[in-house]
Amino acid sequence: MAENKTSARNMRLMGMLRKEMWQIIRDPSSIAIAFVMPVVLLFMFGYGVSLDAKDIPVGIAVEQADIVTQSLSDSFEQSEFFKPSYYHSIQQAQQALEERKIDGIVWLRSNFSQNLQAGKQAPIEIIINGVDSNQANITMGYIQGVWQSWLIQFSSSRGIALNLPVNLEQRVWFNSALNSRLFLVPGVIAVIMTMIGSLLTAMVVAREWERGTMEALMVTPLSMKEMLAGKLIPYFILGMGSMFISVALAVWWFGVPLRGSFWVMVLVSSLFMMVSLLIGLLISIISKNQFVAGQTAIAASFLPAFLLSGFLFDINSMPTIIQGITYLIPARYFVAQLQTLFLAGNVWPVILSNAFALMVMLVVLAYWVSSKSRKTLE
Amino acid sequence: MNNQYFSQIFALALKEFLALFRDKRSRLILVFPPLLQILIFGFAATYDLDNVPIAIYNQDQGLVSREFISQFEGSETFEVIEYIKKDRDIAPLIDNKDVLLVLNIEPQFSDKLQQGKSAKVQVILDGRNSNTAMTAMNYIASMNLDFNQKWSAQHGATGPKVALEVRNWYNENLQSRWFILPGILGSLILVVILLVTALSVAREREAGTFDQLLVTPMNPTQILIGKAIPGIVIGLLESTLILIIIVKLFQIPIQGDIAALYLGLFLFLIAATGIGLVISAISLTQQQAVLGAFLFIVPAVVLSGFTTPIANMPDSVQLLTYINPLRYFLIILRGVFLEGNGFTLLFSQFWPMAIIGVVCLVFAGWLFRHRMY
Repeated sequence: MAENKTSARNMRLMGMLRKEMWQIIRDPSSIAIAFVMPVVLLFMFGYGVSLDAKDIPVGIAVEQADIVTQSLSDSFEQSEFFKPSYYHSIQQAQQALEERKIDGIVWLRSNFSQNLQAGKQAPIEIIINGVDSNQANITMGYIQGVWQSWLIQFSSSRGIALNLPVNLEQRVWFNSALNSRLFLVPGVIAVIMTMIGSLLTAMVVAREWERGTMEALMVTPLSMKEMLAGKLIPYFILGMGSMFISVALAVWWFGVPLRGSFWVMVLVSSLFMMVSLLIGLLISIISKNQFVAGQTAIAASFLPAFLLSGFLFDINSMPTIIQGITYLIPARYFVAQLQTLFLAGNVWPVILSNAFALMVMLVVLAYWVSSKSRKTLE
Repeated sequence: MNNQYFSQIFALALKEFLALFRDKRSRLILVFPPLLQILIFGFAATYDLDNVPIAIYNQDQGLVSREFISQFEGSETFEVIEYIKKDRDIAPLIDNKDVLLVLNIEPQFSDKLQQGKSAKVQVILDGRNSNTAMTAMNYIASMNLDFNQKWSAQHGATGPKVALEVRNWYNENLQSRWFILPGILGSLILVVILLVTALSVAREREAGTFDQLLVTPMNPTQILIGKAIPGIVIGLLESTLILIIIVKLFQIPIQGDIAALYLGLFLFLIAATGIGLVISAISLTQQQAVLGAFLFIVPAVVLSGFTTPIANMPDSVQLLTYINPLRYFLIILRGVFLEGNGFTLLFSQFWPMAIIGVVCLVFAGWLFRHRMY
């Protein structure tokens, strides 16, 4: 008797699974989203999102050219970070800055060399377009670098050994070349899996509510658990498939090192995928209409995963209340795990503590979904 | 005749509004999430570092190193959470993300400085987010510059007296929020408008009522205008609301011509509506419409210069950004907000959006008639 029960349950679940599989295969848009989107997104983020400035257009305004100003211009010319253009007056340079042709101005006044030779104060004035403050900070850092090496070179050419009191020596672990792609690509994987899990499931289940086929399923002998499992399993497989594609591209195309264990990554990814799926399911159960489900899924998954996960913006620098909110974003935990697994290796304290947080979310969401999804009609 | 033409458009637009505001959930979803998001993301999205945890490994016994360290203890950017004593302690702190960086001050630091030699400080950074690492390094470099200048001045400086005097235009204190908030406005409006318009035709296709609409006395141009109006009206109202929040709550002043801002907003909404209607006219189901909208929204946001500069992208990707209306709208928003621009400096941003809008609307109108099932 007990055996009969299980086999009947299996049969029902298999039937449900088959129906869902066919639904996915018949409507190619969900397959497209699972397999084409990761590729498109990875390429877009991999190539489109870069914080590494190069060839910054900078204007050098030299009011009176001579050997000294020439040597400074040469230093900018030799730097890989700058693409200098030259102006004879500050007015011309400022106009170029206003028209967004250049991002900064290095201004050498007419008495610069004279004051320098006479041992007087000879300041170099810098004007930077501060609209993009991050870029402005980076530009300033590079200008300081050029200025410092010019100063040492200039002094030594006149027989003065200039030694700086304190020398900074920079050691960047895990990403010594400071290549922003190496941290952006793992973050994108988190964004992609959030979207597949939440957006796709939310839309699919909301459609059943809207079309009334959910009621049709309810009158079948299927239990709610079987129904939900049947809905989630195919999308879990789709999501994991897109995760494998993303990791393969990250490693073999973008050259991101995978220093941690691949299997640990599969484990934490499937944990995160389940959380995302449940969020999608919850959204669809609450909204019951595709327009609302779509809006909610984007508002609750894509943008938070993009802005609040620590993928781009440092969480420690956010105001305390916002930091509190980030604890509710599952992508926050997954981004930390992915960046660590890719770049640093199996750092267990980071991986386990974040996995624990995801597990708590999973339990809470599962309880929430099951209490919301009794077989009742409104 | 003319009167009837417009009253038909008006009737369709009215029907579209009713369809959108019919149930409570749709009403709420149009208003609250964007407002909530501008508040949360507005505070969250910043590249500026604040209270970043660091550790200090001071191997020096002297007084000068303590003076050097005191600048970090007094800084709002950094928070010294640990003083370590052993080499071995460095790795776990960074590996476990307890600190972003460790300052390693060499033995004899004070002695060397007092003898007029160079002393060394090693900065070990967690590069898992290389941008944060670089920003932190820049902060430290400029703090070190101040320290060096002060030290040289006190102990008889030699060498040329060339200092850098820096001014930042438009955003003097380099607050990244000033840069990012206008971008959030653009992205949020894009999401709302695209979903509203992308679903408008797809919903009728799915319900089968679009064929009925096509056999009414209305011509496709009228249908197109009637379908476009709700998105533009909602976009204008919602943007105004968000603009008020940005100015009043986040205290970002509008330096330029607000009329130029609204012209830009209007053109942007027309372009976004056009794109939404094209997606909608191609889709057979609402699900396809949402996914289609999404496949446009994500690249549009990423390739707009919202969070990372367009100039850093490879040339081929930069070309792609020219068909992205959000790119132009963000330049207008930042131009008007921060740089005090008016119509003349922004002219080159207006017409590309107008072209994108017209091309998409015409294409959508053509699709209305030619994609029938």
